[in-house]
Amino acid sequence: MSVIEIENLAKSYRVYQKHEGLLASIGGLFRREYRNVEAVRGIDLTVDEGQFVAFLGPNGAGKTTTLKLLSGVITPSGGSATVLGHVPWKRENAYRRRFALVMGQKNQLWWDLPANESFRLHQQIYRIEPSQFERTRDELTDLLGVRNLLSQPVRELSLGERMKMELTAALLHRPEVLFLDEPTIGLDVVAQYNIQKFLRHYQAVRKITILLTSHYMKDVMALCRRVVIINLGRIVYDGSLNGIIDRFGGHKIVSLQFTDGRIPPDLARFGEIVAQETPRVKLRVDRKVIHEVLSGILAQHVVQDVSVEDPPLEEVIAAMFTLTNVEEPEHPQLAPATE
Amino acid sequence: MLARAATSWTILRISLEERLVYRGDFALGTLMRFLPIVTQVFLWGAVFSAVGSADDGQARIVNYTYHDFIAYYLLVFVTRAFSSMPGLASGIGRDIRDGTVKKYLIQPIDMIEFLLLYRVAHKVVYYAVALGPFALVFFLCRGFFPGWPDGPTLLAYLASLAMAFLLGFFLEATIGMIGFWFLEISSLLFVYMLFNFFFSGHMFPIDMLPGVWGVLVRAMPFQYLAYFPVAVFLGKVSGPALARGLLVQLFWVVFFAAASRLAFRYGVRRYSGFGG
Repeated sequence: MSVIEIENLAKSYRVYQKHEGLLASIGGLFRREYRNVEAVRGIDLTVDEGQFVAFLGPNGAGKTTTLKLLSGVITPSGGSATVLGHVPWKRENAYRRRFALVMGQKNQLWWDLPANESFRLHQQIYRIEPSQFERTRDELTDLLGVRNLLSQPVRELSLGERMKMELTAALLHRPEVLFLDEPTIGLDVVAQYNIQKFLRHYQAVRKITILLTSHYMKDVMALCRRVVIINLGRIVYDGSLNGIIDRFGGHKIVSLQFTDGRIPPDLARFGEIVAQETPRVKLRVDRKVIHEVLSGILAQHVVQDVSVEDPPLEEVIAAMFTLTNVEEPEHPQLAPATE
Repeated sequence: MLARAATSWTILRISLEERLVYRGDFALGTLMRFLPIVTQVFLWGAVFSAVGSADDGQARIVNYTYHDFIAYYLLVFVTRAFSSMPGLASGIGRDIRDGTVKKYLIQPIDMIEFLLLYRVAHKVVYYAVALGPFALVFFLCRGFFPGWPDGPTLLAYLASLAMAFLLGFFLEATIGMIGFWFLEISSLLFVYMLFNFFFSGHMFPIDMLPGVWGVLVRAMPFQYLAYFPVAVFLGKVSGPALARGLLVQLFWVVFFAAASRLAFRYGVRRYSGFGG
C-alpha cells in the first residue's frame, strides 16, 4: 500500500539577487533583481508502507524542499502529492497528527524548560492518552539513553542529547510517517551510531515509513535499502544502494602487495595508479577489463596480496553529481531506473 | 472541546513556567516601566508653573488640572499594562525569518491561539510582580484621583481593559504577520509604535486635540489602547457615549482578529520555508 505518492511535483522560488558593495545596496533600494530558482522540477515518487528511503543529493539539490513540501511547510508551484491520503499543504490537523518532521540542528523544544515539559505539551497537542504517553516516552528515552536528562533544561544539553530529545518528541505520538532532514549532522561519531542503531530498531519494530536525507554515507548504508538520488531538482536514480555502484561505478579498485618489496614500474599500463606506498599500490581499473588486468599482473609479477573492491560510495555519487550538473537530464546513463 | 481546553491550559501553564525562569530580569524590567511617568509628571509640572500656579491645583489646560494629568498618566500606565505587547510583532517576524514558524505549521496547533495563550501567561506573571509596586504608587497618589467610579462604570472599565488587551494583541499580531511578505518589519513596527505613542493617548490625553485632528485621531483604533479605558474610569465618557465607545472598541477587536487570521492564511501560502 503506498503511503507517499508524488506526481510531477515542482517548486520554484523567487530569490532576490543582492550584489556586493554599498553602491549596490543603495541601488537595491530602487531596483531589485530577482532570480527564479527551480528547487524541485517535477519529481515522481511512490513510497510504500514500512519503507526506509534515503534521499541523497548535493547541497541545493532539492532534498529539503521536497521534505518541506511533504510536511506541508510550503506549497508547491505545480504537481501533486499525497501522504497517507492527505494533501500535505492543506495542513489538516488529521494529517499533522500522523506524521513528524525532525530537522538536524533545529530546535522545536522549549529552550529554557526541561525536555519533559515540552513532551507534556506534545502530549496535549497530539491528544496522547496519558498511560500510552508515559510508556512511549520511557521506551524512547531508554532506547536513546537520555532518560536521566528529562528534567534538565534543553539549553544545558549537548547537541547530541538535544537531537535525541527532538527525536523522542517527534515519536511520542507514534507517527506513521517520519521525515528526517539530516538528523545526525554535526554530531559526534558515537551519537551518530546510537541514533542509527535506534532508528534501525525502531523502524524494524514499528514498521513506520521513513524518509531520510543525509550527507553521511554511513547513515544511508546502515539504514536504507532504497536510495533516491536528487540533483538539480530532478530524481536521477531510484533503487538499491548496490545498484548505484553497479550502474555508475564504472571501475574497481585493485589493491596489490608485491612480494619482492618493489613496485614494478610498468603498472601504469594496467590502470590508473591512485595510491602508492611501497610495497602496496592501488589501481583504478575499468570493470570491463578487470579480468585481463588481473591475469596480466599475476602472470608477470609475484603478488603477495590482492583485493578487488568497489570504489567508495561517496566517490561514485560525487562523480555522479558532477556528471549531472551539466543540464542534460537525458543523459543515457542517468535515465531513472527502478529495480 | 474538553481536549482543546486541556491543551490550552497546558500551553498556558508551560508559558507561565517559561516566564518565571528569568525572574530577576523580569522583575527589573517591570519596575523600570514606571520611570517614563516621572518624566511626564515633571513635564506637566513645568508647563503648569509656566502658565500659572501648579500647587493650588486649580489652573486648567484644556480642562485638565495638574492633578488630573497625574491621575491620567497613572491610569494610562495601568491600561498599557494590558494593551502593550512587547516583542510580539518582532517575535513573529523573527520566527518567520529564522524558520521557527515551521513548528506551527507541522504540529496540530493554531499559531495565533498559541501566541495569545503565551501572552496571557506573560501578562499574568507581569501583574503578579507589578501588583505590589502599582498598589503602593496608587496609594501614595490617591489624592490626585477623583475617587472610585460606581459599579456599572467599573464594570465597563474592566470590559474596556480586557478588550484593550485583545486589541493590542491582534493589532501587533497582524503587523507581525506582515513578516511573511516583508522579511524585515522593524521600520513598520517603528511607525506603529510612533502612531501608538501619539494617537493612543499615551503621550497626552487625546481629548485635548482640537477640531479636525481630534476627529481624525478618534476614528483610529489607537485610542482604545490607552485613552478610552482611562476616560471611562474618570467618568469622561458615560451613558450612550460609553455604550457606543465599547461597541466601537469591540468592532476593532473583531476587525484585527480577522485581519491577523487572514494575514496568517495568505502569508503562509507565500512562505518559502527559509531558515533551512
